[in-house]
Amino acid sequence: MKGWQIIPMKNIYLSSYLAIKEVIRNRVRFLMVALVIALITLLVLFIAALGEGLSNANRQYVANLDAQLIVFLEKSDFSITASRLETNTVKAVRRVEGVADAGPIHTSNSEIVSLPEPLKISVLGVEAERPGMPLLIEGRQFRGGEAREAVMDRSVALRTGLAVGDEIEIRSTQGTEDRFYDLKIVGLVEEQAYFFQPTIFVPPATWELIRPQSASDLESDTPYPNIIAVKLTDPASTEEMRLRLTNQISNIEVANIQTTINNIPGYTAQQGTVQTQGAFTLLIGVLVIGGFFQIQILQKIPQIGVLKAIGSSNLVVGLSAVIQIIVVTAIGVGIGAMLNYLFSLGLPPTIPLEFNGMRSVIAILLLLLIGPLGGLVSIIYAIRIEPLKALRLG
Amino acid sequence: MSNVALEVRDLVKSFTVDGLTINAVDNVSFKIRSGEFVALVGPSGSGKTTLLSIMAALLTPTSGQVLIDGVDLASMNERLRVKLRREKIGFTFQSNNLIPFLTAQENVEFMLRLNGRVDHASRLRSGELLARLGLQDRLHNLPGQMSGGQQQRVAIARALIHQPAVVLADEPTASLDTERALQVVETFAHLIHENNRAGIIVTHDLRMCQFVDRVLQMQDGKLVRQYKTRDEIRDLVRGSVH
Repeated sequence: MKGWQIIPMKNIYLSSYLAIKEVIRNRVRFLMVALVIALITLLVLFIAALGEGLSNANRQYVANLDAQLIVFLEKSDFSITASRLETNTVKAVRRVEGVADAGPIHTSNSEIVSLPEPLKISVLGVEAERPGMPLLIEGRQFRGGEAREAVMDRSVALRTGLAVGDEIEIRSTQGTEDRFYDLKIVGLVEEQAYFFQPTIFVPPATWELIRPQSASDLESDTPYPNIIAVKLTDPASTEEMRLRLTNQISNIEVANIQTTINNIPGYTAQQGTVQTQGAFTLLIGVLVIGGFFQIQILQKIPQIGVLKAIGSSNLVVGLSAVIQIIVVTAIGVGIGAMLNYLFSLGLPPTIPLEFNGMRSVIAILLLLLIGPLGGLVSIIYAIRIEPLKALRLG
Repeated sequence: MSNVALEVRDLVKSFTVDGLTINAVDNVSFKIRSGEFVALVGPSGSGKTTLLSIMAALLTPTSGQVLIDGVDLASMNERLRVKLRREKIGFTFQSNNLIPFLTAQENVEFMLRLNGRVDHASRLRSGELLARLGLQDRLHNLPGQMSGGQQQRVAIARALIHQPAVVLADEPTASLDTERALQVVETFAHLIHENNRAGIIVTHDLRMCQFVDRVLQMQDGKLVRQYKTRDEIRDLVRGSVH
């Protein structure tokens, strides 16, 4: 059994004993280091939460679609706003073998003006019970035709106090005039933000009626979809179906969900910026923590010399430094995460921060790693200290 | 007759500085038996600390042998040398002797922890040893809360607690006033004799030699004279005082 142990238990015990005793007996000094780590944690988690929040605000609707492929107009470069399809394309897509269902999605922006503070929203025209229409969490689907009914994202309800059964007034600039339309809220969906705005869903004909239009658009009452959400019979066959759709239907290009998200205007650049900020903050953390522990090891050279002279192995000295760094980093990250939580409780919903995303988890894991990473140089330095330092010869 | 705890045979340690070879230790030989307390004296630069470092398995000699309990240090790899320092040697140093974040008792017990021998009985023994050194009220004090003399006494307890074959002391009284220095060395000598260990104290203060059994005098890396009898040692100490 002994042969299985990479690091003997005795060494782990001794190293832990030294590391913990030093932290406890010098708790004020180590608390100061932990607080600096906590501040770095606060900053990193804030950036991670901002990245998650911005990402969700931009892509949530597309990411949560019950579909595997998105059909765009050819040469639109997978841009939802640049794509405008013929109405019969939806029927053509539904006829392709391997397509379970397809639903048109029409996008535009508007403003709810019947609130004390006007609220900008994304207005999405979709067909009930088709891909593109999210699952209801409350109320019912809107009726078809030009029904003045809408399904609303729960974030709108939370922000405005609106509920199922309430009426809202939408302002839309059509031609050179501002026109106002009343819509009745008949249902709620959740996590459907699109293009940084909360969303309401209406039938395609209603969408065509209420959307902002230029003077030339007013002459037509045909709702042309921007994209088509395609649900496949076999969700795993995306690449095969993408080629089949492109081959069988003219004037279209097809992308999977991730490609569609990456081509939402500004999404990639915004995420790149946020991730770069996060990476640089982590890098600064590595350097700051590395500096702290390096100074500490330099102050402890005679002590480490004595430890080695009296018979402590390099493994014990090195492991002790590692354990100490891990303990202090964990305390710092813990304090930082707690501060973050308290911070998040006081933030208004208009700030797109999400502290419960995968990014926050990854950020915490990375923060726990930056301690040992930053302290690596000091650990190597500690191992290289000669025991002769204890005898004034080193 | 006690056994030989430490034997040094034809030991040489050379350093090359600017192309010039200097023998810091030059063909030194001697033996120390268990229960014998020996002083290594000489002026600065005479090679005392270099010799001590080789005996402590911290420095490898250019030639010659050091045997502790009959085992040649040259036959050991680094791992075994660390083990030897842990088990067979006790140390006290001139300064920065103790681990600053461990109490007096924890510092002493640390040697037992290193050797995997800490238990209730050994804890009692470390407390008793410190009490014998007059530190019964300082067991839970950190080094920073104790005087230099008290710290040296804790270091002596740490050097002896694990019953090593050899105890090496490098200028342990350098930072103490004369009265405290004499007290520390007297206590040290007493414990070396009582515990039947071989003790070597490196010092440049000849007054400390009044408590030792033998004095080895070094100069320019060579062992130039040994003072073996009480009279010889007394004369040496008197000479230093006058």
